[in-house]
Amino acid sequence: MPSITKPLIPLLPLARNELGLTMQDYQGGMSTLCAGCGHDSITAALIQAFFELSLPPHMIAKLSGIGCSSKTPAYFASRAHGFNSVHGRMATIATGAGAANRELTLVGVSGDGDSLSIGLGNLAHAIRRNVNMAYLIENNGVYGLTKGQFSASADVGSRSRRGDSNLLQPVDPIMLGLSLGATFLARGFSGDKAQLVPILKAAVAHRGFALVDIISPCVQFNDHEGSTKSYRYMRDHELREIETDFIGQHEEIVGSLARDRATAVTMHDGARVQFRTVPEGYDPKDRGQVEAYLRERTGRGEIVTGLLFLDESQQDMHETALTPPNGLAQLPFSKLCPGSAELESFQDGLR
Amino acid sequence: MNRLGAAAAGEDRATIRAEGVVGRGRVNDFAIKLANVNGTGSATANSLIMQAIFRMGVPVSGKNLFPSNIQGLPTWYEIRVNAKGHLARSREYDLMVAMNGQTYAADIAEVSSGGYLLFDDSWALDPGLRRADVTFLGVPLARLCSDRFSSSRERILMKNVAYAGAVAALLALDPEVLAGLLQESYGSRQRLLEANQLALRLGHDYATQNFSCPLPFHLERSNRTDDLILIDGNTATALGALYAGATVAGWYPITPATSVMDNFSHLCARYRREANPEAAPGDPPFSNNYLIVQAEDELAALGVVIGAGWAGARAFTSTSGPGLSLMNELLGLAYYTEIPAVVVDVQRAGPSTGMPTRVQQADILMAAYASHGDTKHLLLFPGDPGECFEFMVAAFDLAERFQTPVMVLSDLDIGMNDWAVPRLSWDDAYQPDRGRVLGPRELEAMPQFHRYDDQDELGVTARTLPGTDSRGAYFARGSGHDRLGGYTENEVSYQEVVDRLLSKHRAAAAHMPRPVIETAAAATLGVITVGSCEPAVKEAIEILAARGTVADYMRIRGFPFAEEVASFMEGHELCFVVELNRDGQLRSLLEIEARAPAQRLRSVLIYGGLPPSAEQVVEQIANQLEA
Repeated sequence: MPSITKPLIPLLPLARNELGLTMQDYQGGMSTLCAGCGHDSITAALIQAFFELSLPPHMIAKLSGIGCSSKTPAYFASRAHGFNSVHGRMATIATGAGAANRELTLVGVSGDGDSLSIGLGNLAHAIRRNVNMAYLIENNGVYGLTKGQFSASADVGSRSRRGDSNLLQPVDPIMLGLSLGATFLARGFSGDKAQLVPILKAAVAHRGFALVDIISPCVQFNDHEGSTKSYRYMRDHELREIETDFIGQHEEIVGSLARDRATAVTMHDGARVQFRTVPEGYDPKDRGQVEAYLRERTGRGEIVTGLLFLDESQQDMHETALTPPNGLAQLPFSKLCPGSAELESFQDGLR
Repeated sequence: MNRLGAAAAGEDRATIRAEGVVGRGRVNDFAIKLANVNGTGSATANSLIMQAIFRMGVPVSGKNLFPSNIQGLPTWYEIRVNAKGHLARSREYDLMVAMNGQTYAADIAEVSSGGYLLFDDSWALDPGLRRADVTFLGVPLARLCSDRFSSSRERILMKNVAYAGAVAALLALDPEVLAGLLQESYGSRQRLLEANQLALRLGHDYATQNFSCPLPFHLERSNRTDDLILIDGNTATALGALYAGATVAGWYPITPATSVMDNFSHLCARYRREANPEAAPGDPPFSNNYLIVQAEDELAALGVVIGAGWAGARAFTSTSGPGLSLMNELLGLAYYTEIPAVVVDVQRAGPSTGMPTRVQQADILMAAYASHGDTKHLLLFPGDPGECFEFMVAAFDLAERFQTPVMVLSDLDIGMNDWAVPRLSWDDAYQPDRGRVLGPRELEAMPQFHRYDDQDELGVTARTLPGTDSRGAYFARGSGHDRLGGYTENEVSYQEVVDRLLSKHRAAAAHMPRPVIETAAAATLGVITVGSCEPAVKEAIEILAARGTVADYMRIRGFPFAEEVASFMEGHELCFVVELNRDGQLRSLLEIEARAPAQRLRSVLIYGGLPPSAEQVVEQIANQLEA
């Protein structure tokens, strides 16, 4: 995908994170997406999340498939390795990269075509395997690069710019994730960075597969009257009942939470996620309850955003496979090859 | 069949056999076929016979001709014994063990004239099926077993062991060898051991008491297998991956490749489990130095391998034709992004689902050019399980040295049948060739790293691994890219990279395994083959030579072709290319890539799905020479 090098404009004094890095250290090339594209806002939120989490850039591995969304890894963290793969297969490449080196922070960026059509099967199984990664779906309900076909997330009755109505049921990645045993499910809106940044931080910190579905309007092909993935529709129908705070391992709890209604979940590394202004009785760890709540709200035409479901108790792919704590790719050859004496005795059994 | 071919093949067979003739009988030179119903436990009995012959020091091969089914369909097992070591499939059966009523008629028809047929005469055989030129040996197997075993499951299973006992008596199989094998298999399970011993004795005693044992063709102890092992190619492939240091595998079950990963998994559990003495209570006291992902499909399987290769692990997948078809797009990705990947293709009969339990070498062209766009891959063609082991290690070295996918094209015959091959050896001084990988020290010393810049004499550029150093960060992309790794739609910048990929492929030719070439004085033609065809082709060359047609032999082991391949073809006015597919895929590849003049090459094509026999090769060559 094309990208242009961004001019470095020093804006002193720049804030520095725990590693002494500034936001600029997490920037990438200049976006070539359309002006006003929701994806660029998500890129900005990711950069802020990485910065605030003080991630060492060289430990980030950013991956994508094909489509507008999949171009975005070129626009952030240019000091990290990136992999723009083929359509629909990012989850599999990320699974392999994570298998080889579990110390990497894997961030996958995908779209609704990439994840919910051509790559749906691979997404489903990455969820089942609980691959330790943040998986973002920049969801706009439309194929942009091929100029406006409905995607699998387009709502029934949603109209294309040309005026056709979508008659097929949408694939809802959150409902899909609930049924597949996903351990982290969130929905955000590209137009709401304040909500998105803590969600992305929590997704990165989560041990396991963190699926973040982000409604990200396509200004060219799906931001018109009749679209259910437009800025206007989202502003009218978004339900921010579930607010999320991410409190890193060493961070102080700040802000005024409605403590009586807050639910806290501690992440594996000691960080915490606080859910606040939660609807009464909402338990983000109760799969059945979350599903019932979402069904009810969706039935009313509301789009609930926030960190919707979180289960920190499940083992991730490496824990299930009982692999060593460091990357398999880092193991010395002497630990991998049994040597000639073992080969001899093995063959004694082949007579 | 062509008259000349038939007559000649028959005569030469007699000539070859003459060496083994002792008195009136034939020693260590015969073929038997066992007809069974699949899912009844016959495989155990058949392997027992084969392994016992091997232990007697006699060269032997076993070919399992099985259906794509779990239970109830016909299945056959063929055993060829040949003192000279000709172990290709023989289609002249001296003894048929006919245990499947459904296929009696066909099985009886297949016995060589003068041969023998062993059947279960607990029930009467339709007299119409009898042949005057075949000796029928009735053994009341079901009755013998029903009398001595109570459970129906046991009766079915032990019937197999009982016919093995009868065959042992008829062929003079050493009873001590058989007893030893049973002891090794069931030693700790006393009841099972006793049942097997009893069943074996039932069959053995009945044959001894009722027939003139041994038959004119039979076994005698030898020492021809002392330095050999019995191993199937899929086990050897898995061993190769283990020894090469593969840590990540992605796969999807498919016949006939499944046992590659089953074996890899077992081997890893045995050799890659590291004790962790510091484990906290409740935590596992060991860790696994490997991770095998049973993927949701072959796309995912190769995706996992590519991701792992990108991140620096040695990773591989194993599959067969339908899986390789699905992997095409990702093979193109690995080729263009220059990521090492090893793909094992245990070829079966296509197209489409084809015949999953039948053999072909019909993926050659697809593998060579897999994926859309201009792509060319590195291929290795093992000829037996020994080479499966060796080539797997070579595959990982080549994949990392050339930063590209390497496909190991085995086949069902090599992969799933036990072959007697020389013991595998391992050099403890071996270190993996990781190719050009830059770490922090090298990156520090250079002004700026660019992924596809600064090629070496092979056309290879240096890569870096995620998780090592920010100065080595680059963006791998399957989209058009330039020398610096940036996106491009510029014709010059695009071509510069794809031209280097071609030069890299050409440079790899000198690093591929050389062909096996065997020349003969006064040879008038060349015979070229690949993979599992070797035993049949070498035997055919011997038969042809006895008839006065002398041929040189070449077995191709890698693509791009080593220099010797072209020179061999230049040195012969006429070459036959023997391969297991309909379209002459290897021949086409030779024409395209080794610039072989089309008029010099003729095809010998065997593609019915069964391993080739020497007679088939002789017949096709003779037909064409006569024409």
